[in-house]
Amino acid sequence: MNSKISNIQRLSNPTAHSLSVAGFFAVMILLIGSVYYATITVDYIWRWYKVPTYFMYKETVIIYADSNGEVKEIKPNGDKFDVIITDDQGDITYTVPKDSFDLDEGDFTSPGDLIAEYQGGWKPGMMTVGLWITLKISFISTILGIFIGILGGVARVSSTPVLKWTAITYVEIIRGSPLLVQIMIAYFVLGTTINKILMMNGMPSLDPEWYGIAALSVFTGAYVVEIVRAGIGAIHSGQVEAARSGGMTYFQCMYYIILPQALKTILPPLAGQFINLIKDSSLLGMISIRELTKATREGITTSLQAFELWIMCAILYLLMTFTLSMCIQYLERRTETK
Amino acid sequence: MIDVKNIYKTFFVPHEVKALVDVSNKIEAGEVVVVIGPSGSGKSTFLRCLNRLETAEQGQILVDGVDIFDPKTDINKVRAEMGMVFQSFNLFPHLSILGNVTITQKLVRKRSKREREKKAMAILEKVGIADKAHAHPSNLSGGQQQRVAIARALAMDPKIMLFDEPTSALDPEMIGEVLDVMKTLAREGMTMVCVTHEMGFAKEVADRVIFMDEGKIVEEGTPVHFFENPDHDRTKLFLKQIL
Repeated sequence: MNSKISNIQRLSNPTAHSLSVAGFFAVMILLIGSVYYATITVDYIWRWYKVPTYFMYKETVIIYADSNGEVKEIKPNGDKFDVIITDDQGDITYTVPKDSFDLDEGDFTSPGDLIAEYQGGWKPGMMTVGLWITLKISFISTILGIFIGILGGVARVSSTPVLKWTAITYVEIIRGSPLLVQIMIAYFVLGTTINKILMMNGMPSLDPEWYGIAALSVFTGAYVVEIVRAGIGAIHSGQVEAARSGGMTYFQCMYYIILPQALKTILPPLAGQFINLIKDSSLLGMISIRELTKATREGITTSLQAFELWIMCAILYLLMTFTLSMCIQYLERRTETK
Repeated sequence: MIDVKNIYKTFFVPHEVKALVDVSNKIEAGEVVVVIGPSGSGKSTFLRCLNRLETAEQGQILVDGVDIFDPKTDINKVRAEMGMVFQSFNLFPHLSILGNVTITQKLVRKRSKREREKKAMAILEKVGIADKAHAHPSNLSGGQQQRVAIARALAMDPKIMLFDEPTSALDPEMIGEVLDVMKTLAREGMTMVCVTHEMGFAKEVADRVIFMDEGKIVEEGTPVHFFENPDHDRTKLFLKQIL
């Protein structure tokens, strides 16, 4: 696209351009190569083949006997077998695949004896579960963040002190303290209090996930308030006058006239905010939510393959943020053509 | 219909300006009043006070006997009866032409979809842009946009129309089409208050011309009196400068 070429680019010559492209790839290859070389010199052994088990694995099912008993009957059940063991409590039936057990009718079992061992079905690994939790938390927090942000933004530009000052106080407090501290307060201060109150009233306590979502959406909401305020501020005052002079109320004017126009201009900064939200969700591991970062850390304690898993973790975050920014760019282009 | 009693208005931003000083006037039903004056004379502020887009710090404005500066007054009800047309059109860019002309009918008059679209099309037909009903404001020329803005105000069946320099932002060749619509309205007996620099329009359709300078009404009278035989030197000087 010619229109996108800046003056600086226009003056450079085409050969220099292709050389420069080659240079870019050279730099990238050199960088990755030297990191790889460096890890080899410190005797790090790359075991990428171990990584897939953290995404999907075949579960090994091991069944032990609970009590002293006797194998009463072994009979086929479809392509599996029913192993029925009788003890003083009655009959227990285990349905297990063929060749997974080494028992005959009449054998005695005592607690802890192996009954069967076999490969179960595919199960999502730690990283997959972590990824799912990260996605879930980010999604809910984004929705709540937009909601808080729009309400707060409208309150922020209103002339009513109770709305305006509340919004300012909220924004200043949240933007002025670290997210990690806010997460700690949400869980250890608010969480403890709320869970205790719930318990006293005989209700089940809330998962740490919910406190994490609350902390993230309140944090993001504060930034969205400022973005929405700027978006509303960018709308020409004539729009408000035209709407109000027709007899619309303040809220009708906001909802039908100002916000639809403001949403178009705030889309790009909003995207940046939600990309930050995905990345910030990595802090939730601190309150024992097993999101992607926490899952990676746990994965490393069992596999000891720190390099591979951290790199995988980073790539997964990149994938999420990149997809989001692509979606927003698509939305932007769609609203532009209208 | 509108009774303006001794209103004062001072702006402090960017510096102190007395926009209106002890302005009083009475606008009768069916009257076409044209307000003229040099820039900064307070004529737009005067107009914007009539539907409380600006509040006067002293004085009273009664619209059909309702004090519009009284905090107990539901200003939205008063405004619904007063159409306003702006210099910069202020159409809603995210809505189609039809959307622009129907949205206040929907939100304020609570008309059904069929009713408001019928009304909108009838008025768009009247201002001559029914064929653009599904276009967006950005695809229209300035003159067309201003006619849509007039249609948007008329769709509410207002009792009074306020025009704030409706032709000042238009290219010269488009002024005529907007003035034609305004003249038709005037002939149909609409009560109108127009702030404008179009002296031809004032001569042709005004029942009364108000000349303002430095926040005061300097002179008012019929167009004949005003243009041919004004009393005040300030008016004479102004007319000399513009004609």
